[in-house]
Amino acid sequence: MASKQRGVKKTTTILFVVTILMFGFGYAMVPLYDAFCQITGLNGKTQRVTEGAGEASPLIDREVRILFDSNVNGDLPWRLKPSLKSLKVQPGKFYDATYTVTNMADVPVVGQAIPSVSPQVASLYFKKSECFCFVNQVLEPGETKDMLVRFEVDQDLPKDVGALTLSYTFFRAKGDNS
Amino acid sequence: MSTVAHEHDHHHAPTGLKRWIFSTNHKDIGTLYLIFSLMMFFIGGAMAMIIRAELFQPGLQFVDPQFYNSMVTVHALIMIFGAVMPAGVGLANWMIPLMIGAPDMALPRMNNMSFWILPFGFALLISTLFMNGGGPAGGWTMYPPLVLQLGDAFPFLIFTVHILGVSSIMGAINIIATVFNMRAPGMTLMKMPLFVWTWVITAFLLIASLPVLAGAVTMLLTDKYFGTSFFNAAGGGDPVLFQHIFWFFGHPEVYILALPAFGIVSTIIPTFARKPLFGYASMVYATASIAILSFFVWAHHMFTVGMPIKGELFFMYATMLIAVPTGVKVFNWMATMWRGAMTFEAPMLFSIAFVILFTIGGFSGLMLGITPVDFQYHDTYFVVAHFHYVLLTGAVFSLMAAAYYWLPKWTGYMYDEKLAKIHFWLSTIAANVLFFPQHFLGLAGMPRRIPDYNIVFADFNMISSIGGFAYGISQLLFVYIVIKCALGGKKAKAQAWEGAKGLEWTVPSPAPFHTFETPPKLTKSMLEN
Repeated sequence: MASKQRGVKKTTTILFVVTILMFGFGYAMVPLYDAFCQITGLNGKTQRVTEGAGEASPLIDREVRILFDSNVNGDLPWRLKPSLKSLKVQPGKFYDATYTVTNMADVPVVGQAIPSVSPQVASLYFKKSECFCFVNQVLEPGETKDMLVRFEVDQDLPKDVGALTLSYTFFRAKGDNS
Repeated sequence: MSTVAHEHDHHHAPTGLKRWIFSTNHKDIGTLYLIFSLMMFFIGGAMAMIIRAELFQPGLQFVDPQFYNSMVTVHALIMIFGAVMPAGVGLANWMIPLMIGAPDMALPRMNNMSFWILPFGFALLISTLFMNGGGPAGGWTMYPPLVLQLGDAFPFLIFTVHILGVSSIMGAINIIATVFNMRAPGMTLMKMPLFVWTWVITAFLLIASLPVLAGAVTMLLTDKYFGTSFFNAAGGGDPVLFQHIFWFFGHPEVYILALPAFGIVSTIIPTFARKPLFGYASMVYATASIAILSFFVWAHHMFTVGMPIKGELFFMYATMLIAVPTGVKVFNWMATMWRGAMTFEAPMLFSIAFVILFTIGGFSGLMLGITPVDFQYHDTYFVVAHFHYVLLTGAVFSLMAAAYYWLPKWTGYMYDEKLAKIHFWLSTIAANVLFFPQHFLGLAGMPRRIPDYNIVFADFNMISSIGGFAYGISQLLFVYIVIKCALGGKKAKAQAWEGAKGLEWTVPSPAPFHTFETPPKLTKSMLEN
């Protein structure tokens, strides 16, 4: 009987520990997912570079079409439009594009743009040196602003990608309660 | 139910209400679980009736869309966590100690607690329907950002999930501790009845997957109230991450609902075919492989979120792979019946219907597992038809079979076989009228979780609703049969079924309050599987 009770105690302890470990595993999935996305481009998040860093390789003769897209989250009283619908670029060269944003509210509002590139695999090769999405944007009531994104498409972009879409969604910045 | 035996009992066990509230007896707690799950089955069923009434005709008839959505959501939560899971745990409580020759569960006090927190969990959940902003209406999957828009009900939903999770995990730990430590001498692992095996594996699934769900809903809670950004895109999070974490729990959960059903059917079919179960060892290994594979297929629930093609292929192949052990099981059930001296009492009828209808659900599951095809079927009524075939005509039918099979052992009386057969035929016909047309609706493109629909879907929806009402009403007959059986009838023998094997049939019917206080001596024939 005593050995039976010891057995029950041991099994129970092990299983409680496993339960707690699995609870932790749920949280471990957060950094794992981020790492996985970084490697595969799964969630379409774009890359950040410093211009002029690294050696420039000779340009190749190739044209890629960039399509610009914009969305505003329902919580945010803003309007967002790309100045251009699309742009033909040569991989390996930096280009500028602008988005026009307007605050429709009568109070100052802080927004945060989240970029996404489609097809997802292309997001690994889409590199920005400057972007309005790097920081929060503050707009006064009724204010309209042109915002810059400076980017290059990496020369290693897979051959079967002839066009890619750069999409921004503006959200209300965390902590903005206006 | 074991009142008679209880009165002869020499221990000073509490009586009346206290007997149930303070009970540490596995049979009493099993009974509580079973009654509770039957009540939840009717509450969740009433919500399904509201859904089918609303869908009887196109247009909005009875309820507003928000309430409709909360019916869909709460129906699912109640049926999964309130009806099917507790019924399985109730059966495990009642039968596992009897089947392995143990005097009780290993942790009787924890057993009491894991049952008694359940009613509080569901009181929290159901109370949300009366709150400002209504009950949870974003689907039982609780995807952000939609679920975060829920009103006052949000924290109640999260804590309900926590409570149900804690209850199930405690139940699972108890089952494993019991089976690993309390078996009668001579009952080796590979001599255990298959029902015990499937429950042990289910318990491991519970322990491995429910804490992950608890983590996911805790992240939702902190996202909403404490400024974290796990799933908030504006703060650098990703809502799709929730879907990954949720389905990492969600797919094993599917097998948590299905594996005990496999165990029940594997117990009943040999009894009424009067042949040992075909391929016992392969059944054990098939169950274990299904359980292990279930952790590697979760993304087949979310093929359309945008995944690299390699990921989609991996999850598609892994999903297809599950059909292999499942096929082994279906083959074994058929081989058990092959050339058996079969009789068709209600438990057998429900088990045979389970084998056929669960297989139909399995096939539609295979269709959904094909990635390119899933893009067409995703979030349509085809999915609804699929999971109701595996959960209603699968899991619930097996629970009905189990109830009829063991009622004589629980109450000491035989149930009314004639009424039970009527119940079976009504349920089977109604369930098929209810869910088969939903395949066609889904293939034609009717989306799920929408209170109104295009007029082209009208006819099949009306047929489906008629089946729904018929199914709902015929379950009242089940309650009548159970009550009638509890109150009296033909006395059941210790061995209530001629072909039944196993230790539970060596104790008198009804099973006395205390059984196997000294471990039973196992004879060779008892250990034959």
